[in-house]
Amino acid sequence: MSAINLLIDIVLLTMLVFTTIAIVRSRSLFAIVMLSGIYSLLSANIFVVLDAVDVAFTEAAVGAGISTVLMLATIGITGYEQKKRRSISRITPLIVVFITGAVLVYGTLDMPAFTNPSNPVHEHVAPRFIEQSPTEVGIPNMVTSVLASYRGYDTMGEVIVVFAALIGVLSLLGIREKKTDPVYTEPPPRPILQVMAKFMIPFIILFALYVQFHGDFGPGGGFQAGVIFSVAIILYTLTFSQQDAMDLVPPWVLKRLAALGVLIYGGTGVVSLLKGGNFLDYNVLAHDPIHGQHYGILIIEFGVGLTVACVMILIFFAFISRGDKNP
Amino acid sequence: MILDLYNYWVVIFLMMSGFYTLIASNHLIKKIVGLNIFQSSVFMLYISMGKVAGGTAPIAAEGIDTYSNPLPHVLILTAIVVGIATTSLALALVIRIKESYDTVQENEILELDRISDEETQA
Amino acid sequence: MINEHLPALQVVVPLLAAPICFLILNNRLSWLFASLVSWLCFAMAILLVMEVKDGAVLHYEFGGWAPPWGIEYSVDVLNAYVLLIVSGIAAVVFPYSWTSIQKEIPESHHRIYFTAMMLCLAGLLGMTITGDAFNLFVLLEISSLSSYTLISLGRDRRALTASFQYLIMGTIGATFILIGVGLLYALTGTLNMADLASKIPALEGSRTLQAAFAFLVVGFGLKLAMFPLHLWLPNAYAFAPSAVSAFIGSTATKVAIYALLRFLYTVFGADFSFNFMQVQWLLMPLAVASILFASMVAMFQDGIKRLLAYSSVAQIGYMLLGISLVNITGLTGTLLHLFNHALMKGGLFLTLGAIAYRVGDTRVKSIAGLGQAMPFTMGAFVVGALSLIGVPLTVGFISKWYLILATLEKGYWPLTVLIIISSLMAVVYTWRIIETAYFQERPANAPEVKEAPLSLLIPAWTLIAANLYFGINSRLSTDLATGAAKMLFGGSLL
Repeated sequence: MSAINLLIDIVLLTMLVFTTIAIVRSRSLFAIVMLSGIYSLLSANIFVVLDAVDVAFTEAAVGAGISTVLMLATIGITGYEQKKRRSISRITPLIVVFITGAVLVYGTLDMPAFTNPSNPVHEHVAPRFIEQSPTEVGIPNMVTSVLASYRGYDTMGEVIVVFAALIGVLSLLGIREKKTDPVYTEPPPRPILQVMAKFMIPFIILFALYVQFHGDFGPGGGFQAGVIFSVAIILYTLTFSQQDAMDLVPPWVLKRLAALGVLIYGGTGVVSLLKGGNFLDYNVLAHDPIHGQHYGILIIEFGVGLTVACVMILIFFAFISRGDKNP
Repeated sequence: MILDLYNYWVVIFLMMSGFYTLIASNHLIKKIVGLNIFQSSVFMLYISMGKVAGGTAPIAAEGIDTYSNPLPHVLILTAIVVGIATTSLALALVIRIKESYDTVQENEILELDRISDEETQA
Repeated sequence: MINEHLPALQVVVPLLAAPICFLILNNRLSWLFASLVSWLCFAMAILLVMEVKDGAVLHYEFGGWAPPWGIEYSVDVLNAYVLLIVSGIAAVVFPYSWTSIQKEIPESHHRIYFTAMMLCLAGLLGMTITGDAFNLFVLLEISSLSSYTLISLGRDRRALTASFQYLIMGTIGATFILIGVGLLYALTGTLNMADLASKIPALEGSRTLQAAFAFLVVGFGLKLAMFPLHLWLPNAYAFAPSAVSAFIGSTATKVAIYALLRFLYTVFGADFSFNFMQVQWLLMPLAVASILFASMVAMFQDGIKRLLAYSSVAQIGYMLLGISLVNITGLTGTLLHLFNHALMKGGLFLTLGAIAYRVGDTRVKSIAGLGQAMPFTMGAFVVGALSLIGVPLTVGFISKWYLILATLEKGYWPLTVLIIISSLMAVVYTWRIIETAYFQERPANAPEVKEAPLSLLIPAWTLIAANLYFGINSRLSTDLATGAAKMLFGGSLL
């Protein structure tokens, strides 16, 4: 690692340490949630320094974006302050944490040195991904190749995890339609915000599409695109009203599309199975294996983007439709 | 040597602070924040492993022959998604707990549960 | 052609059935579809068992990429056996669910219930069958997230806290597993279990390897409710809907034990786990403590579900005890108890579901006089309880017999005594229930109670009858368990 990168790395890590200490010590939940957003953003920076651009992208969109929004929605319902409680023993948690940390430090003593190219991590499995994926899978972004093809089954699992979270949130919170509520009143218009949002939303959506389809060549892919797309709708919801947003993208449609995205992913696997390959073997999708890989990755990334976008919007709807009930 | 492990040790410190917040905090949301910190520092551990000195981001380009290892990146992408899924489910539970117990302080909830338990025994 | 894809279909079918369940708008159709898929899964598990029971190992490469680059499923006699347990229980619980949830879960949530059950089933099957350490983490999270959802569906508000507690403990467990897998990856550069297994012997003595071992054991320990990490379990089982308690209670911890065994024996190797790390001396005292402590607590419970949940913690203790003995008989006992405990707890929780359906709750005092009012239901409960105690002619006897033999083989007679004492404790805590049901009068002001409907009785009796069948003719389960135990030791005795 070059000296300047090392310096940046060390500075960022130090900032993370301070952020974390502030989180541990703070009482105000609002501060804690904002600091945890900052924590995510800082770690995204570290990921960039460590060459993990796709991860940085995702961490910034998810950790600093969606997760902070959801936390804010939650503390809007639960209240901002922590009650002071009578002092109880902190000894047990401290002991547990110290032992765990000690085991980890002990474990790192024999850990292969940081950034050394001859580490086992870089020797065994990874070289094939680096050397052959551009020709075997045919796209330059190796992360996308591994994600969508070599370990495509993990990614299908990941989409299903997102779907499982949707099922959980729908089960716990549901989505309440405001229309049916007799005391519901339209929120007052906020012209400046609304005009600005109207201006920005098309660009956000355009960017989402770019990230979706450019993921083969640069950082990005279905997951990041889905999150960015959902951000456009979240922005719309925040500046207009939940009802406006739900008229634009009705929850019942989103629910079906979320399930459909999973089925598109799985369906690609089933098609490759029917065409005589193994599950998710894209080589058999077209006459030329490289084309097959291209089609396969394109389709499954679309499935990922669809499910993620719909799930994120639905989860957001579920959270804020709870919040408005008890203002 | 120390500098080699600096990254790992700071990450371990962060991880343990998150873990401590998770198990020692009394407020359910603060617990979830602790969980997030705990998990994102594990992500940093993975990503640190993937870095190669002199390497660049693993996107094939002309004239570059050293790339960092893409595999940890893929694993962590998946793990981040799992993390947000868990967080949103946990937050949804917190909202329901708030609605049913009217508190999100763990000690008060446990106290209310204890009272319900005793009523059941009676 | 289908046969060669069987390992993938075993998991992919329920995985993709989940969104379909969600898309089917009619609750009854959704249920029929889910039940059909659960039977299909059971049929596939039977086919897999037939293929591997003589020692064959099936491999499946996802995406056509050879391991260690791609993700591999590999099926041997051990995981085929666990697949059989999980899908078998599912095939009984899914059909049972319809009637049971009518009174326990609001109608608007029925589809969500079937979708979550399907996800949970798929996750558990996937954890069992996968040959890739990271894929195991992903599937673990699918099953965990859906179990948190399922538990939170319970009617009592304590179901919410139970679910939250489980979520926190479960996620700590999963993160520990993630750390362990990461350390292994840092050392070897691979995630494939078989590949890891071939590289680990050369690393013996590495401190990173020891740390990875510690994190994985604690991580799975949390998921399998190893004492004292079991605190999430009693409330989770007690406040979940009956069908959920039956399904999760008889499968989730079993799969976690399977995963622990897979890491101890296959990935790290018996030599590293037991000779170098000496993990048996950690497991044995914890097993003893959980058997004694949980049986003790069970004796004082007034809610029958929570009583059975504590009894589950004790039964997990037996399974850990079998592992800690480090001989083939002990391991066979553990594996048999996986199977047998699934049958008895599954049967008992289903019976309780039938009681809850008619009576409304399952406290000990609420079942007074049910022996006359619900003879078939209580009859099932009695048989299940006998099996839990370990009376001959039930499955409970078979696994305890193996465990006792294993302790005697090792010459650890105090453990033999412990097993007998804890069986007596089981007599105490089940007798309270039976005594109340048969020898106490139903209170005069209590509403009239009828026998449970057949749609609940048939599934419950299916599992209870299996307790008797495999207790009398235990060839199938003992053959598979012995085969798996021998395979794990790989012929080389310690």
